[in-house]
Amino acid sequence: MRDRMFILIAGAVTGLLAVIMVLQGNPANMGFCIACFIRDIAGGVGLHRAGVVQYLRPEIMGLVIGAFVTAFYVREFKATGGSSPALRFVLGMLMMAGALIFLGCPLRMVLRLAGGDWNALIALPGYVLGVWLGTIFLSKGFTLGRSQEQSPVNGYAGPFIALALLVLLVTAPAFIFFSEEGPGAMQAPLALTLGAGLIVGILAQRTRLCTMGAIRDIILFKDYQLFLGFAAITAVAFIGNLATGQFSPGFAEQPVAHIDTLWNFSGMTVVGLAAVLAGGCPMRQLILTGEGQSDALITVFGMVAGAAFMHNFGMAGSPDGVSPAGQWIVFISLALLFIIGVGNIKMRSLSKAKKEAKAS
Amino acid sequence: MSELVDCRGLSCPEPVMLAREAMQNAESGPLTVMVSNAVARDNVSRTAKSMGWKVEVEEEGENFKLNLTR
Repeated sequence: MRDRMFILIAGAVTGLLAVIMVLQGNPANMGFCIACFIRDIAGGVGLHRAGVVQYLRPEIMGLVIGAFVTAFYVREFKATGGSSPALRFVLGMLMMAGALIFLGCPLRMVLRLAGGDWNALIALPGYVLGVWLGTIFLSKGFTLGRSQEQSPVNGYAGPFIALALLVLLVTAPAFIFFSEEGPGAMQAPLALTLGAGLIVGILAQRTRLCTMGAIRDIILFKDYQLFLGFAAITAVAFIGNLATGQFSPGFAEQPVAHIDTLWNFSGMTVVGLAAVLAGGCPMRQLILTGEGQSDALITVFGMVAGAAFMHNFGMAGSPDGVSPAGQWIVFISLALLFIIGVGNIKMRSLSKAKKEAKAS
Repeated sequence: MSELVDCRGLSCPEPVMLAREAMQNAESGPLTVMVSNAVARDNVSRTAKSMGWKVEVEEEGENFKLNLTR
């Protein structure tokens, strides 16, 4: 009961902060978007040169550092890694690819929904389909393998990089890019964006909030714990948008969005499936990074690389829709996800877990 | 003699999936599930309780040992 209250509060606070950040300058329906913001950071450090989306988003650094601080404080910080890192990097790339087709990570998807962007209503079943496909692999014994304890440096790397990015943001040396127009030029004040990231990072770490787990656990176990958080984000953001006049229902002319039904749907299918195989949605990967999991950090590196790739080759979605190259990427991503999935099924079974227990 | 299920180093949701399978297959014997992180500890505990089992958590070095009894 206490767990349920806590995750409801975490979701509510996240939704509320998202609405406030948009009011204070973030792009519309983008109080938080893990994919867009990691893409913006990739731009900020010059990994891509799409001028309208270059900014070292403090929300991302806040999420990692907030999770790190609270994990450390409650003694849950543990440097681990080594579970199929190369595949996790690729999964990160694919998760980002799908999100940039739809123009939102699952968190932004529900924030868009809460803002009246009905294109998110198309994306949501696509996401559920992706997660459901992922659970089939899980049920057949899919696993990326065991991680091991690593030296503490592996665990501190993620939080350290987040801190370094913050320093770069604040000192703004000449080699860091800052958009002068477009979504990259729209940001709420630093104290708010960083503060919001820290707060949500803390709450998400404590409650294990995960937009993918929210769907997955219902399918696998009929467990609604994580879904409560997911629903609370949506509900509170919706109420907040209504109250502040930011609710603008429709399909066309939605901010930083397009109306390509098939690609909104399938882009999020890619995200859902990749997230299940990677063990966490984009936001959860940041939180796990803060907890010291270098497997999550490498997934985040993959997301950065994926963002750079998508923009350098003109594959990312835009308000005009999805280019042919982007459409190909959806097919290629799904194919790669199936290969990764099939390649790792039957790697985990109960008899194996018992045998390994006896052997150790 | 308790059956041991080693979920160390496995990430969510694998420990829960393995624990559920073990609980479903166990006749009445006690189970011991080993996990290596707090999230797995909490999730497996919650799952076991929802399936009507009793849970006892022991810390063993960097890992957690969950003793499950019906």
